[in-house]
Amino acid sequence: MMKTKSEITLLKINDIHKEFDNKEILTGVSFELHRGEVLVILGPSGCGKSTLLRCINGLEKIQSGDIIFDETSLIQDNTNWPVIREKIGMVFQNYDLFPHMTVIDNILLGPLKVQKRDKKEALEQAEDLLARVGLLDRKDAFPRQLSGGQKQRIAIVRALCMNPEIILFDEVTASLDPEVVREVLDVILGLAKQGMTMVIVTHEMGFARSVADRIIFMDEGNICEIAEPDVFFTNPQTERAQHFLNIFQY
Amino acid sequence: MQNLGINVIFQGRNLQRLFEGLLITMEISFISIVIATFLGVLIGLSRTTKYKPLLLINRLYLEFFRIIPTLVWLFIFYFGVTTALNVDLSGLSVAIIVFSLWGAAEMGDIVRGALQSLPKHQTESGMALGLSHWQLYLYVLIPQAVRRTLPGTINLATRMIKTTSLVVLIGVIDVVKIGQQIIESSRFEFPTASFWVYGFIFVLYFIVCYPLSVLSNKLEMKWNN
Repeated sequence: MMKTKSEITLLKINDIHKEFDNKEILTGVSFELHRGEVLVILGPSGCGKSTLLRCINGLEKIQSGDIIFDETSLIQDNTNWPVIREKIGMVFQNYDLFPHMTVIDNILLGPLKVQKRDKKEALEQAEDLLARVGLLDRKDAFPRQLSGGQKQRIAIVRALCMNPEIILFDEVTASLDPEVVREVLDVILGLAKQGMTMVIVTHEMGFARSVADRIIFMDEGNICEIAEPDVFFTNPQTERAQHFLNIFQY
Repeated sequence: MQNLGINVIFQGRNLQRLFEGLLITMEISFISIVIATFLGVLIGLSRTTKYKPLLLINRLYLEFFRIIPTLVWLFIFYFGVTTALNVDLSGLSVAIIVFSLWGAAEMGDIVRGALQSLPKHQTESGMALGLSHWQLYLYVLIPQAVRRTLPGTINLATRMIKTTSLVVLIGVIDVVKIGQQIIESSRFEFPTASFWVYGFIFVLYFIVCYPLSVLSNKLEMKWNN
């Protein structure tokens, strides 16, 4: 399928500040995300990249600035976050499936209870998505019967089955065994090819380079550099980005 | 022929009376456990809020029931509250009220502990799916918390069943009281009656409480597989 990247701005982050206990985590971050675009956020641990993702779907409240999704500000007192979160999905580092539910029940919880969709239709979509990640035969398994890589692929399917407009990935391979990282990254790469709009926080440099339309490099709570991946990896403009990339080369 | 002590249990209506006494014990325990579980879940949920006055009230409630012996609570309600409010409550009703309130306080603490022990990311991944606050509790947190409350709940239930023996002191005729009456009335005929009657009561309590721990083990095994 062709990439459907467009110039339509789907998400606009405008000068957001975030503090924890008087310590500034985000110091005025701004960027735009276009429909169909894949943004990869890189940066050293503690640079605020995970916090930034969590602010986008309201898991963290910001102190100032604005987040505009689909031309509507999310920073209002009456923002209905559950409705926003249907449209901005998120997959976490710790493959947080619900342990008391089977795979299929995990996936259908949102579509059936939040979106009140028809069971048959939602089930069809869920099974179709499971087949695409090669896990249809595990649909009645419980999470504890799955490997880390399988759980993370299920978590991605669970997010996808809500038909979100954006998916946020927060270091989704960071707690996986190295040999299963690839199966998860392949799924995300597949989504990118289908034109899914995504913001990805990762430490997998090779993956970042191949999946990203643009790289955002962050350090100390702000963006140092935004560039296309080839430019960023071959010719980083800032010293901090050069230093960061050197760490990943032996 | 010398009387065998064990015959005291089968003499006259003794066996039937012991079972009637057991029924009273079971009635108080069963009703109290049901009410305590229901109230306890509500209390446990309310203790996960950030609303300070509610937390304080809950805290005081729990501490009062922990610090003051259950027997004193029985007396407070049976002699104190009835007189103060000029209401007529039977010993049985007082027993059910006190055991429900005590059980609810303890159950609330068990539920709170279970909810708070759930990893934070369970809440977050539920929220990330767009679940509302109550949907999050209904579908994600409570079902998981219930599994974690099980050992504590079974423990509480057996404690409540055992402690109902105190109701004798507010005039309720439970299995222990009937045992005492049988021993009193047959102590010349059966000098070893206390051994056999209390021994029998011991077996009765065991028969009531043991299935609970079997059930708890079974459920834990099932949920772990």
